[in-house]
Amino acid sequence: MTITVRNIVKGFGHYPALKEVSLEIEDGAFVALLGPSGSGKTTLLRIIAGLETAESGQILFGGEDVTDRAPQDRRIGFVFQNYALFRHMTVEHNIAFGLDVMKRGQRPDKPAIKARVEELLELVQLPGYGKRYPAQLSGGQRQRVALARALAREPKILLLDEPFGALDAKVRRELRSALREIHDRVGLTSIFVTHDYEEAFALADKVAILGSGKIEQYDTPDAVQGSPANDYVREFLS
Amino acid sequence: MSAKNKAISESIITRILLILVAVTYVGLLLVLPLASVFSEAFRHGLAAFKAAVVEPDAWAAIKLTLTVAAISVPINMVCGVAAAWAITKHDFRGRNLLISLIDVPFSISPVVAGMMYLLLFGAQGWFGDWLLAHDIRIAFAVPGIVLATLIVTLPFVARELIPLMQSQGREEEEAALTLGAPGWRIFLWVTLPNIRWGLLYGVLLTNARAMGEFGAVSVISGHIRGETNTMPLQVEVLYNEYNFAAAFAVASLLAGLALVTLVVKSLLEWRHGDQLAASGH
Repeated sequence: MTITVRNIVKGFGHYPALKEVSLEIEDGAFVALLGPSGSGKTTLLRIIAGLETAESGQILFGGEDVTDRAPQDRRIGFVFQNYALFRHMTVEHNIAFGLDVMKRGQRPDKPAIKARVEELLELVQLPGYGKRYPAQLSGGQRQRVALARALAREPKILLLDEPFGALDAKVRRELRSALREIHDRVGLTSIFVTHDYEEAFALADKVAILGSGKIEQYDTPDAVQGSPANDYVREFLS
Repeated sequence: MSAKNKAISESIITRILLILVAVTYVGLLLVLPLASVFSEAFRHGLAAFKAAVVEPDAWAAIKLTLTVAAISVPINMVCGVAAAWAITKHDFRGRNLLISLIDVPFSISPVVAGMMYLLLFGAQGWFGDWLLAHDIRIAFAVPGIVLATLIVTLPFVARELIPLMQSQGREEEEAALTLGAPGWRIFLWVTLPNIRWGLLYGVLLTNARAMGEFGAVSVISGHIRGETNTMPLQVEVLYNEYNFAAAFAVASLLAGLALVTLVVKSLLEWRHGDQLAASGH
């Protein structure tokens, strides 16, 4: 599903976080929002998810205006940096949550939910972990569970906020390739936020580089590396 | 203490001294006085204790105290959770003002709290004439006692929950939002389970204070024997009449009620300890 960001403006107090940001993301693309802390990349992602509201501008999914839609109704998957797993629920209940909260008429029956949870545990390579609690898992495993949970309702769009930020280098590399594989297999349109340009270039089809509330360059990794648009990008990549 | 910690632990004499100081302090200040209440209460035997408790005025005080607690604890539980939820999970204008307001009952004397209601609802109070005309009794009656108890115990649940919910952050609720959960589901399935132990503790504190409150209730109740005397007031009345045996009997019962709630909490914690550890509390 295409994602269109149109003239988004957002400020915190007197400090402008996003100044008229626009971005066009093709169906099936894997895009990295790259920038230093304070560049507004997480804010932009949260606005796309509906977790924050922009002062002006629009968000469109597949050409449809979702700017005023609540996050519950945007049909997205969201992965948080610190996993945000429900700590009092087992892994299987975490993953089933999005299905359990559906309205009676739309909700799959219990065996169907159970089967879906098993399928997702396979997908994130954690079969047999369903009965554990988040506290009994490693960081990498928790993020896999968070990914499975985000995918349970078959969203067309996956948003990831520094998903590997809290993990060590080895786990990060493993999870990175797992994520790319899942993205391709499920047919998602994904945006992930990172401050690590190597990660962005290794993983993304296109990279949007943010600097102080503006998009400085939006292009393929090769194009960005080959011809940085301005001094800011050159500086950031060095 | 294991040998590994030797480098950072005190010498044996210091340790014994410190333990002695702590034990003496707690013993003199807490255990001994509490024990003396119970020993005084049962000095004349179980029959005398029972007689003092079932004496009509004392019995009325016990029932009134339990009634007041049964009304005010659930109300303040709901209000406390709502306030903590609003303050920690939402941003709105006046948030800091609300936090300060919740602390007001902690910072003003309970006697003043009682006076406030007397000024509003007493016969000479602002609403006195209107209440009289409509035959509604608040001051010197049960509604007034409930009101006074409500205000005095207002902060306990919220104060217990706010730091806890602040430390837990909003991420789990946000995750639930992106997973399509409606607001009430998020509260029931995500927020409430995460705060249940803090909530239980807040409720127990509220209950202990609701049953034990003296100052505010003393002003608003009017001390009508057998009608508006709660247990703490009854203890004072009996004591002032030199009826020590009865005073200590009711006092021990009051202390016992508070201790029971603490025992219940410890039991729950002990029974659910494994589950608590597993879910990361």
